[in-house]
Amino acid sequence: MTRKVVITGLGATTPIGGDVPTMWNNALKGVSGARTLEDDWVAKYELPVHFAARCSTPALDVLSRVEAKRMDPSTQFGVIAAREAWADSGITEFDKDRLAVAFATGIGGVWTLLDAWDTLKEKGPRRVLPMTVPMLMPNGVAAAVSLDLGARAGAHTPVSACASGTEALHLGLDLIRSGKADVVMCGGAEAAIHPMPLAAFASMQALSRRNDDPERASRPYDTARDGFVMGEGAGALVLEAEEHALARGARIYGELAGTSVTADAYHITAPDPEGLGATRALKAAMFDGRIQPEDVVHVNAHATSTPVGDKPEYTALRAALGNHVDNVAVSATKSQMGHLLGASGAVEAVLTVLAVYDRKAPVTINLENQDPEIPLDVVTSARDLPAGNIVALSNSFGFGGHNAVIAVRSV
Amino acid sequence: MASNEEILSGLAEIVNEETGLAPEAVELDKSFTEDLDIDSISMMTIVVNAEEKFGVRIPDEEVKNLKTVGDAVSFIAGAQA
Repeated sequence: MTRKVVITGLGATTPIGGDVPTMWNNALKGVSGARTLEDDWVAKYELPVHFAARCSTPALDVLSRVEAKRMDPSTQFGVIAAREAWADSGITEFDKDRLAVAFATGIGGVWTLLDAWDTLKEKGPRRVLPMTVPMLMPNGVAAAVSLDLGARAGAHTPVSACASGTEALHLGLDLIRSGKADVVMCGGAEAAIHPMPLAAFASMQALSRRNDDPERASRPYDTARDGFVMGEGAGALVLEAEEHALARGARIYGELAGTSVTADAYHITAPDPEGLGATRALKAAMFDGRIQPEDVVHVNAHATSTPVGDKPEYTALRAALGNHVDNVAVSATKSQMGHLLGASGAVEAVLTVLAVYDRKAPVTINLENQDPEIPLDVVTSARDLPAGNIVALSNSFGFGGHNAVIAVRSV
Repeated sequence: MASNEEILSGLAEIVNEETGLAPEAVELDKSFTEDLDIDSISMMTIVVNAEEKFGVRIPDEEVKNLKTVGDAVSFIAGAQA
């Protein structure tokens, strides 16, 4: 008998809200978190992209200056989201040896790394801060969350580019099912709105260049889509063994019914045009959760708004769900908050859980002319989901050919 | 050349910036580790910031001898002389 795993706490800090209630309210309304960057480095380095989607609540509005000092910005976001999720779960007494952390990042402490390199060049080795290494290491966020909560059943950091946040949930589910933990703080965090990653993503033609209209730049499925919009932030979810949650009378948002991870082994950055790896991931997550295509009512799509990326996901959805895909309400929430890279899967998981719990699908904005090659039923104004037992899926795909899918079932 | 009072208040600012401790808590007889609860990592940051602020060099092997705020003030005053 497989242990059933439920979700009992949610946290987030994103470009469309510094906490879950604000983010969810905006996600149902349909707002854009993208803005023109006012930083002097945009002109200084002649960046081809002048905008991004920054967190709507700066980390320093939540953390003390001293607390923030020893954390890379990505870790700051992760700790903020994890604290909200933990408080939301209502867990007060727990066995620290049975609490694990699975907190992902795509890039890690890129601000810390590059600031330290600048300091070394300009001021010499003695000025490089002693906390540089623990701040830049990719596991810094998982370590900080573990320290913050006192989680001692292991602190893990899945790293699979833009699939990282979803892969953290895959790992968290496994930790509970296999009996290694009763509760897992899962999530993903990213803070890469720095000139170097912006230049690098622009260089590979991945970013939208709609500099004169940032709020309309992220437009998944639209014929005029021209790339993704860089976002930042974190999402966090408390996974709990069902019997553990029931014993303490917890509020249960939904069941993490199934997850899967596959690899394309096709190309380092390009998605397999036939979406074979994504199809296998979708089918495997549904098999894992004993889910039939007809159970699925909603998909939070990966849909980043790149010309080449959005279509293979449609191909995969049709292959996995068959013609039932025509009955599924699809939301592309990156249209609102941009692409949070390694945090995106975690934030989208929070949205997917809320969609199942509140029975509402969030909005896809900027869809003016839907690509005729992607005939999905895209949610462009908040839509009610049906009563009864329902399942929602969330997809994440990452450079390297990583595919990760989660399935959330209503309780 | 800074006076001892100026060095003390400058150090208090640096400690405040690093740890959030109120500047007035940084007194000459206070021990960095025992009284002010400053760990070795914060201490290294404070030392490097003090070097920059006062234009002195505080060798690594000297840092362990700077037990109190007063020790640091005296060392910096001596190094400036």
